[in-house]
Amino acid sequence: MSKKLLLKHDHEPGIQSYEVYRKHGGYASVEKALKTMTPEAVVEEVKKSGLRGRGGAGFPTGMKWSFLAKPEGVPRYLVCNADESEPGTFKDRYLMSRIPHFLIEGMITSSFALGAKTSYIYVRGEYYYVIAILEKAIKEAYAAGWLGKNILGTGFDHDMYVQPGGGAYICGEETALLESLEGKRGNPRIKPPFPAVKGLWGCPTVVNNVETIAAVVPIVNDGGEAYAAIGIGKSTGTKLISASGHINKPGVYEIELGLPVDEFINSDEYCGGVWKGRKLKAVVAGGSSVPVLPADLIMKTAAGEPRLMSYESLADGGFASGTMLGSGGFIVMDETASVVKNLWTFARFYHHESCGQCSPCREGTGWMEKVLHKIVHGHGEMKDIDLLWDLQRKIEGNTICPLGDAAAWPVASAIRHFRSEFEEMINSHAVEHA
Amino acid sequence: MENKVQFKPETLALAKEIMGRYPEGKQKSALLPLLHLAQAEFNGWLDVPVMDMVAEVIGIQSIEVYEVASFYSMYNLKPVGNCLLEICRTSSCWLRGAEDIVSHLENKLGIKEGETTPDGMFTIKTVECLGSCGTAPMMQCGAQFHENLDTDKVDSILDKLRADGKRTNYFDAVVVKEY
Repeated sequence: MSKKLLLKHDHEPGIQSYEVYRKHGGYASVEKALKTMTPEAVVEEVKKSGLRGRGGAGFPTGMKWSFLAKPEGVPRYLVCNADESEPGTFKDRYLMSRIPHFLIEGMITSSFALGAKTSYIYVRGEYYYVIAILEKAIKEAYAAGWLGKNILGTGFDHDMYVQPGGGAYICGEETALLESLEGKRGNPRIKPPFPAVKGLWGCPTVVNNVETIAAVVPIVNDGGEAYAAIGIGKSTGTKLISASGHINKPGVYEIELGLPVDEFINSDEYCGGVWKGRKLKAVVAGGSSVPVLPADLIMKTAAGEPRLMSYESLADGGFASGTMLGSGGFIVMDETASVVKNLWTFARFYHHESCGQCSPCREGTGWMEKVLHKIVHGHGEMKDIDLLWDLQRKIEGNTICPLGDAAAWPVASAIRHFRSEFEEMINSHAVEHA
Repeated sequence: MENKVQFKPETLALAKEIMGRYPEGKQKSALLPLLHLAQAEFNGWLDVPVMDMVAEVIGIQSIEVYEVASFYSMYNLKPVGNCLLEICRTSSCWLRGAEDIVSHLENKLGIKEGETTPDGMFTIKTVECLGSCGTAPMMQCGAQFHENLDTDKVDSILDKLRADGKRTNYFDAVVVKEY
């Protein structure tokens, strides 16, 4: 059984409320940090923990924090990225709606470490009911003295607000999120400058994912070293995995990084196996953006090693035979699923969500969707496969933000590993038409 | 000329409270939350005079409101039915039968995706991933996520919405289900 750091108490009745959360040790990290530690010491523990950004990029959190500029007299901000929109990902919604105080506690402790007197939780607008839950919890935290002026008599002031988005995947990209929080269209900014130097309203800002900020709570409570002792290699700690698709038990699972993929899919503790007694065909392991892998390559690396749920093991083999942990959005497809048609839903998604700023992405995502639509609807030609390959190559690396790459990788990997399925689909329709 | 469209006093008070969440001079940040308030108050969509009113409340140009409202998918720039049925169509929902849910709705309501029933009660809209992949297929109506859908469940949801006869919006109180 995996060690639980974030979902230890998620099934306690009433855990949404301040009283019950507090009874289970809630807000201890705020007490510990504010009363016994310096902000620098908190940053140090986060560095020691080896925590990496849980939104998808996997960048070391302690390092990101240490980049924060601290010019005199300029406010600094912490912004929580709760714009969870990567298809296949729903862990942040679960965490925020089940244990809202966990995020709020992490926000206060992290804000203390960063010297931020104000923080914002940017939640995708579709999660309006989650916003209501968070706002209620924030009100409780103010009433109990964890927010506001002179918290715990330490002289630390902090205000926290929830900001709704308007429905745009691109706002999960941190600079687009900041644009949106400033009341503008979500067009990603050109970097540098990075938000750590020029972020919200031009002030130094740290943007972290919900799960990343929540992980700061156990790191401060138990120490960075204890956190780093969990997991494997540079994949330290636990990770929330959103499991969906053709499995018996879809849901959010907290795993210790390093868990074998085979165990995650087949154990009753997690996915409970592929549904309806069918065989596994393919897995998208880290949200729609990461390469899709066929069953043999998700279970074992090209070298024949068991594949593990970790940043390194999932990436083993590069894009030729590996994928990415990404956001932990784990989508399973059984033997009856069409990888090509699933890819069409992804292509439609990226076309819809491209902000339109960079032409390779704006035009390319639409073109890929059209070609896939044509294939899926029985009008494909063999040359379309090469056209798709060509299109994705011309998008990748040629855009301001990673949405272009995210749109390209699913197409490239589907062709790489399932080319015959494209061919069969095109051939079978060709027969029909004849 | 005086702008005839106005927020109700209590909504205006909430709008002012929201504008106070940002530093002096940065009130444009209130635009997205205020557009949600406006949409909920003015029949579920943002007509031009409504957007102009929001611009006035914040103290920005109307064009700054239009360009934002047209960027984000949650803002409706055309009238919609009382109940906007937003069905997720992306991967996990598709893998678990979202297409069947959409065609069931289309047959049952006698309209196509993107259309509104003649009585103005329902609009069908397909949307991209709503972060409910573990409880797929799903649709959102107002603030409520309707999860693990099958055709029977869809029928009972429609019946209930019809019986309520109310316009749904993102500020509806939601019964949060136990996981």
